[in-house]
Amino acid sequence: MQRTVDFKLPHFFNYPPYFTLQPVRETREKQVQLWKELILDYCRSQKMYIISLEEDFPLFSNPKIERSLSYEAKEVFLAALVSEGRAEWIDKSHKKCLILWLRIQDWANYILDFVKENGLEVTTIEDIRSGIETHGTELAGIDRGVLMRALRLLEQKGKAVIFKGSSADDEGVKFSV
Amino acid sequence: ERQLLPLVDLEPEENPRLAPLRGCLLALTSHRLVFLHEASLSARALPLASIVHPYPPHRRHNHNPLRSLFSSSSSSSSSHHPRIRIQISLPPSRSEVVAVVVTCKADVDVFYGRLLEAIRARAWEAAAAAAPAGGAPVAEGAAPAEEDLAIRMPVVGVAGILRKEQETWESAGQNLQDAFQDLNALMSKAKEMMELAEKMRQKLLTNSSAQSNSNDEEMGSKQDMQDLLLSVGIVSPVTKETAGALYHQQLSRQLADFVRVPVERAGGMMALVDVYCLFNRARGTELISPEDLLQACSLWEKFDVPVMLRKFDSGVKVIQTKTHSDDEVFARISSLAQKPDALLKGISPSDAAFTLGIAPALAKEHLLNAENKGLLCRDVSPDGFRFYINLFNEIDLQNIHLPKAHGLYHTWISLATAAH
Repeated sequence: MQRTVDFKLPHFFNYPPYFTLQPVRETREKQVQLWKELILDYCRSQKMYIISLEEDFPLFSNPKIERSLSYEAKEVFLAALVSEGRAEWIDKSHKKCLILWLRIQDWANYILDFVKENGLEVTTIEDIRSGIETHGTELAGIDRGVLMRALRLLEQKGKAVIFKGSSADDEGVKFSV
Repeated sequence: ERQLLPLVDLEPEENPRLAPLRGCLLALTSHRLVFLHEASLSARALPLASIVHPYPPHRRHNHNPLRSLFSSSSSSSSSHHPRIRIQISLPPSRSEVVAVVVTCKADVDVFYGRLLEAIRARAWEAAAAAAPAGGAPVAEGAAPAEEDLAIRMPVVGVAGILRKEQETWESAGQNLQDAFQDLNALMSKAKEMMELAEKMRQKLLTNSSAQSNSNDEEMGSKQDMQDLLLSVGIVSPVTKETAGALYHQQLSRQLADFVRVPVERAGGMMALVDVYCLFNRARGTELISPEDLLQACSLWEKFDVPVMLRKFDSGVKVIQTKTHSDDEVFARISSLAQKPDALLKGISPSDAAFTLGIAPALAKEHLLNAENKGLLCRDVSPDGFRFYINLFNEIDLQNIHLPKAHGLYHTWISLATAAH
């Protein structure tokens, strides 16, 4: 997980107190907000969906100023995202976190807009994730779980039908625009 | 002949080649010290004229507290006996120190007094007939000390320094002893006073129990009596329990008067432990306990005094003047934290202590307070615990990559970019 060059870190990333969980309530609220923004921004730019607390995550340490987040701090910031519906714990022990820089609802709307614009009425799940049409859009490389949830949401609203193929690989979807 | 000591040892202290002389009868005459050794039927004499300086007697281990602190155990078997060290001069210009160790139970101090008297009397000068000293002198069988050595030589050089040193030791030891004696006297007096107070209290109690149906007036006078006892400062532990309030009230007022000046001098705030030390030092021997101090301080709320007890969130207790304002301290901390260096590297409690001229423990309290107010924020790292000016509120959440082109955050960015 190398930090790619096209993500520009904000200036406050070099501010040492940014990496210490602030005990004073107002200060901490502001700190948590800044972290939430940064995590979402970063994941969106890097198309990252899962953050594991026990593995290195480029944002959680800054070698330049020799600071890194404590486990507790990471948990606090991710929990703040979870409470806003911008992330979900994958496991019960809160060690892995699914980051939703777009909420499931937003993903569903995005997919619908994309289908409308491109006239793509019938396609497969795999085509959405890695097909030519979605190349260069937010949908490229989308987490399979996230995509399925968005599609099921659309299905509930009667905007799409998921049909099974012979294997899991070629599940298809038909949109009714 | 002035004085006799039945059983003494003579030990040369500086010259190990000389054998000590043990079990002598020592006779002090107006002219010399005569050591009679009965076992060998021999005698030696030390002319008083050759004595440069007799040191006051001391007991190595029991008597001189300083010496017993610093000297390792003496090899001599007679180390527990009192000894008188005598510096003698030998022709042509040498000096030696011999020790007269008194192994019998004679009064050494009296003997020393006589010896001094005899030396000061200078009987040998008065005697026109210059009789040569009888017997051999102590050291090496050298020529008998001449009578014209009687003029006391000024002691210079190493010997002189040693002697000075010795005298300093002696007087320090004496001082220590005097001090402890004073303390002991105080302690014994205190005990007596306690007993007295206790006795009076007992009397009051038995009175009241004997006349259990005594009327209110008598009860009142009994209370007066107890208050009287308390007000003169005689506080026995028991009476303090029953009516201790008065004691603490008085202590409280006295403390308030006392601390105002030092607290103001210390910038309006002082740690309670510092005040405790200062107050007890001022009281001299009548020390108070930390609990008494705390009680006295907590009583201030009831009186109109210019000082107050304050407890920080961390539990640190301080005494501050009522006019002391936190805002002023915050302003100073804020300006300290905004210096270019502090913006980049933060400030530690000791930095703040140095700038504010207060104790580091207090400085930390101020910093934590300022953090609570949102003025500062913390940075905990392997390098330590530091405080930075709070930039979080300066950052625009909507646009985290495009900071304002002015303000504290902007200043910090330009400094940080330059530094990294």
